[in-house]
Amino acid sequence: MGFDQYHEPPNELPEQTRTFARLCASLTEEAEAIGWYEQRLAIERDPEAKAVMADAVGEEYKHFSMDLEFLLRRTPKWREIARGVLFQPGDIVEHGEAAEAAADDDGDDGSAADAPPAPAASGGSLGIGSLRGEGL
Amino acid sequence: MSHLLREHAPITDAGWKLIDEEARERLLPGLASRRLVDFSGPHGWELSATNLGRVERANVSELKGVEANRRVVLPLIELRSRFTVSREELRAGDRGAEDVDFDSLDAAAQRIVEAENTAIFHAWPKAGIDGLTASSPHKPVVRGKGFDDYPGCVARAVELLLRSGVAGPYGLALGREDYTSVVETAEHGGYPLLDHLRNIIKGPIVWTPGVNGAVVVSMRGGDFAFDSGQDISVGYESHDAQTVSLYLEESYSFRVLTPEAAVAIAQPKGR
Repeated sequence: MGFDQYHEPPNELPEQTRTFARLCASLTEEAEAIGWYEQRLAIERDPEAKAVMADAVGEEYKHFSMDLEFLLRRTPKWREIARGVLFQPGDIVEHGEAAEAAADDDGDDGSAADAPPAPAASGGSLGIGSLRGEGL
Repeated sequence: MSHLLREHAPITDAGWKLIDEEARERLLPGLASRRLVDFSGPHGWELSATNLGRVERANVSELKGVEANRRVVLPLIELRSRFTVSREELRAGDRGAEDVDFDSLDAAAQRIVEAENTAIFHAWPKAGIDGLTASSPHKPVVRGKGFDDYPGCVARAVELLLRSGVAGPYGLALGREDYTSVVETAEHGGYPLLDHLRNIIKGPIVWTPGVNGAVVVSMRGGDFAFDSGQDISVGYESHDAQTVSLYLEESYSFRVLTPEAAVAIAQPKGR
């Protein structure tokens, strides 16, 4: 297998950046798969095949969402901007500009590499959130 | 600095990491409602109330010609569960000890899990939380003294939901006693009861300390809303030469939007 997710020499990257890159690659792959299924569903005429693919794309939605949530948890500024854009009614571009401006006002660049390493500085939340669908 | 005041605690970064990891580990298995209902947030400690979109039609105006009606909101409830950690134990953890005594934290985690589950699956009237079983218009399905008829009870509960137009998939929250019995029971022919229930429910089956009996809920979405202000966090209260006093804290509100989307499975009377 290749190591295309790395843009810089992997042995020079810290472990947390390599993990971050893997999840970014995974996010891209899930988004690609969603796009492919969308195209296949648009032209498929067999209802049974269509049902199977409709079910499969649901899995991709889940995977994409989990990848995204992981990355947002590790990237405070990205999370802050996303909070201002996602699930908001109204003009997407306006929300994006406003969220970016608000995040810029907060100072540091908020990249994943700058994410606080120790829980003492992370605000104290245990980051549990939703566990929807997890069971025995 | 946040209101949790963690920076004031005489705890190293490594110590906080141990405490947070232990807390997560103890909390995760029992936080059943988050596995079954719609979770929104965390929206932050500053959030005080959930918007209900309602207004109280009682004119409170004292000015002639001006009408004044108060908005109705659902206040968030703050839960806090205190615990202590020995400073000697924290020092041991800093040296790499793998058996740090967190008994008090474990008990605090269990308390907050049970409080969250009890409020959401049953009710907590003083906190303004109408839980699933208290709101449900369905009569509870009462199981027999044994667990042989348990698949039948769950199927009847699912049928009640279907009859009310509430689609699946469904989830099953099992209280402690029901959980233990379900997991250890094999039906005639050795088929595990748990697998049979999975086939009926088509959704998650979750261990739910704090619930009496069990609850079948629809997981189609849009029926139950958990609004998190501050998600469960660890804060600092005080310390002396021997111990550090900390707490687990969260704020949330809970709304039942479709009361008919849950059915209780009750334990038999006079057991």
